[in-house]
Amino acid sequence: MLPDDRRYSREHEWIRPEAAEGVIGLTEFAVTELGDIVYVELPAVGSTLTQFASFGVVESVKAVSDLFAPASGTVLAVNETLRGQPELLNADPHGDGWICRISLAASEELDALLDARAYETLIGIE
Amino acid sequence: MTYSPHTDADRAAMLAAVGVSSVDQLFDDIPRAVRATRFDIPSPLTEQEVRAELTRLAGRNRLAEVSFLGAGAYRRLIPAVVDEVVGRAEFATAYTPYQPEVSQGTLQAIYEFQTLICELTAMEVASASHYDGATATAEAALMACRLTGRNRVAVSTAVHPQVRRVLATYCSGPGVEVVEIPADLAEGGSGLTDVEAARRAGGDDVACLVVQQPNFFGGIEPMAELADTAHAAGGLFVTFVDPVSLALLEAPGRYGADIVTAEGQQLGIPLSFGGPYLGLMAARMDAVRQMPGRLAGATRDAEGRRGYVLTLQAREQHIRREKAASNICTNQALCALAATAYLAAVGPDGLREVAERSATQARSLVSALEGIGLAKRRFSAPYLNEITLQVPDARRRHAALVEQGIVAGLVLGPEYPELPDSLLVAATELTTDRDVERLAEALEGNR
Repeated sequence: MLPDDRRYSREHEWIRPEAAEGVIGLTEFAVTELGDIVYVELPAVGSTLTQFASFGVVESVKAVSDLFAPASGTVLAVNETLRGQPELLNADPHGDGWICRISLAASEELDALLDARAYETLIGIE
Repeated sequence: MTYSPHTDADRAAMLAAVGVSSVDQLFDDIPRAVRATRFDIPSPLTEQEVRAELTRLAGRNRLAEVSFLGAGAYRRLIPAVVDEVVGRAEFATAYTPYQPEVSQGTLQAIYEFQTLICELTAMEVASASHYDGATATAEAALMACRLTGRNRVAVSTAVHPQVRRVLATYCSGPGVEVVEIPADLAEGGSGLTDVEAARRAGGDDVACLVVQQPNFFGGIEPMAELADTAHAAGGLFVTFVDPVSLALLEAPGRYGADIVTAEGQQLGIPLSFGGPYLGLMAARMDAVRQMPGRLAGATRDAEGRRGYVLTLQAREQHIRREKAASNICTNQALCALAATAYLAAVGPDGLREVAERSATQARSLVSALEGIGLAKRRFSAPYLNEITLQVPDARRRHAALVEQGIVAGLVLGPEYPELPDSLLVAATELTTDRDVERLAEALEGNR
C-alpha cells in the first residue's frame, strides 16, 4: 500500500503537499526498476520547475533517467545527502530519499496527478 | 585477408533472396535520369603498374628541405620504440573497444594514457582522447555550457583560427553564441589576450573563457590572471595548451584551469598531411559526468586481480542516447597509444630537454634574422619555441623561399589582415643551426 498523503505522476515521481509547498521524490516502483542508483543530478536551489518537464537526472548502474517535475514551482531546498549517498534513494524512496522541496506555483496542478490507488493500478499492483 | 569478389552465383542467390530478377530491377525506384551509367575511371592496372603510378604521383609532393612551419603541428623526433609499439597487431587492428572487458591490453593502454595526461596537466581526470585538439576544445566549450547552464562562449582571438572555426561549427547546432575577445596585436604590442576586454565580456551568461597557451602567435599568456577573470564572472576557464610546453610552463591544474585540451600530435605522431591527430582533454573530477567521450578506469576482478573497464558510461550515447555528453566524438586509440609510448620513452626529463632545445633554437633563429636586419619581433610577450616576426614584404619573400625548398613559417596575413607582414615561425629540437643559417642566407639572397 502506497502512502495516501501524496500524489503520483505517470513518470513515477511523487509530490507530498505541505501547505503552499511540496516535497518531491521518486516512487519505490521507479527506484526498483532503475536498480542501484549511483548518482543524482539535483536541481539548483532557486531554479524554476515546470510541471512534467525534466529537472534533473538519476543514474543507476544500468540506466539513466530524467526526473520530471510533478508540479511547477521554485526549488526551496534539495536533499544534499543524496550527493554523497545516492543509495538513500533505493533505501527509502518515500521518506529520507526525497529529492527536493518546492513552493507550488499552482496547487490545482496536483489535480492532474494520480492518487495512490490510481498509481497502484498504473504500475500493476492491486 | 583474401579479396573475394561476388560471383555471378552469389549475385543470383542474393537477388533471389530479396525477390528481384536483376540488379537493374533492384534500382527501379531510382529515376533513370539520375543514375550514373558510365564511370570515367581508367582501365585496371597490374600491381607493378599501380606502384609505378603512385610513386610518380608521390614524386610531385614538394618536400621542404628546411621548415620553420608550426602553427599547431610540429615536426619532432619520434623514438623508434613508438612505431614498434603502435605497429603491434594487437593494437594496430583494434578500434575503440566495444567489448571492453576482453580488450584488457587496450584498456590498460588507455588508462596509462589518461594517467600521463593527468600528470602532464595536473588535472584530476583525462578522457580516452578525441579526434584532434580542435574538436576537443569545441567539446570542452559545450561541456562548460552544460556545467554552468549558460550558453555563451568567450574565445580569445589569439586562439588558433582553425580551432575557433571548429568551435563555431560545434556551437552553431545547440545555439551557443561565440564571442571573440581581442588581443593586443599592434606593432610592438604584447600579442596577448586583452584581459580587460575579457573582464568586460564576462557576463552572467558566459559559460567559459577559452585561451590558448602559448597562444597562436607564440606568446605566453598570463593564465592565472585570465583564470581569475573567467571565475569572477562565474564562468569556467578552458585552456588549449601545447603539451610539450607543459614540461617548462606551469601546469594548467595549478593556475585554475577547469577544462584542459590539447593537440597531441607532437607526442609521437608524425606530420602526415594533417592527420590523424589526437585530441587531449582533462578536467576536474567534479565535472566528470559532463565530460564527453570514453573513460577507462581501474578496478579489481572477483579474484582481486587488477583489471580495467570503461567507466561512467551513463554519459555516453549507447546509454543516454540523444542526451549523451556528446554524440559526435570517439577516441583515437592508436594515436593515444603513440602518445603513451612517446611520453613513456622520453620521460619527464626527456620532455623538458625537447622543450628547452626547441626554445633555444627559436632564440638563435630570432637573433640570426634580427642580425641580418630583415626581421624583428612583432610582439613583446615572452615566447617559447614559436614567435611572430615582422618581415617586410613577408608574403613575397615567403613564396620565393618555398621555391628554394625553405618554408619560412606561416604567413599570417590571410588569417589576420591586421598582420600583413608577419610570419609565424617555429623551431623544434630537430631544427639545426645549419637550418637557421640557410634561412638567414636565403632571406639575404632575396633582399
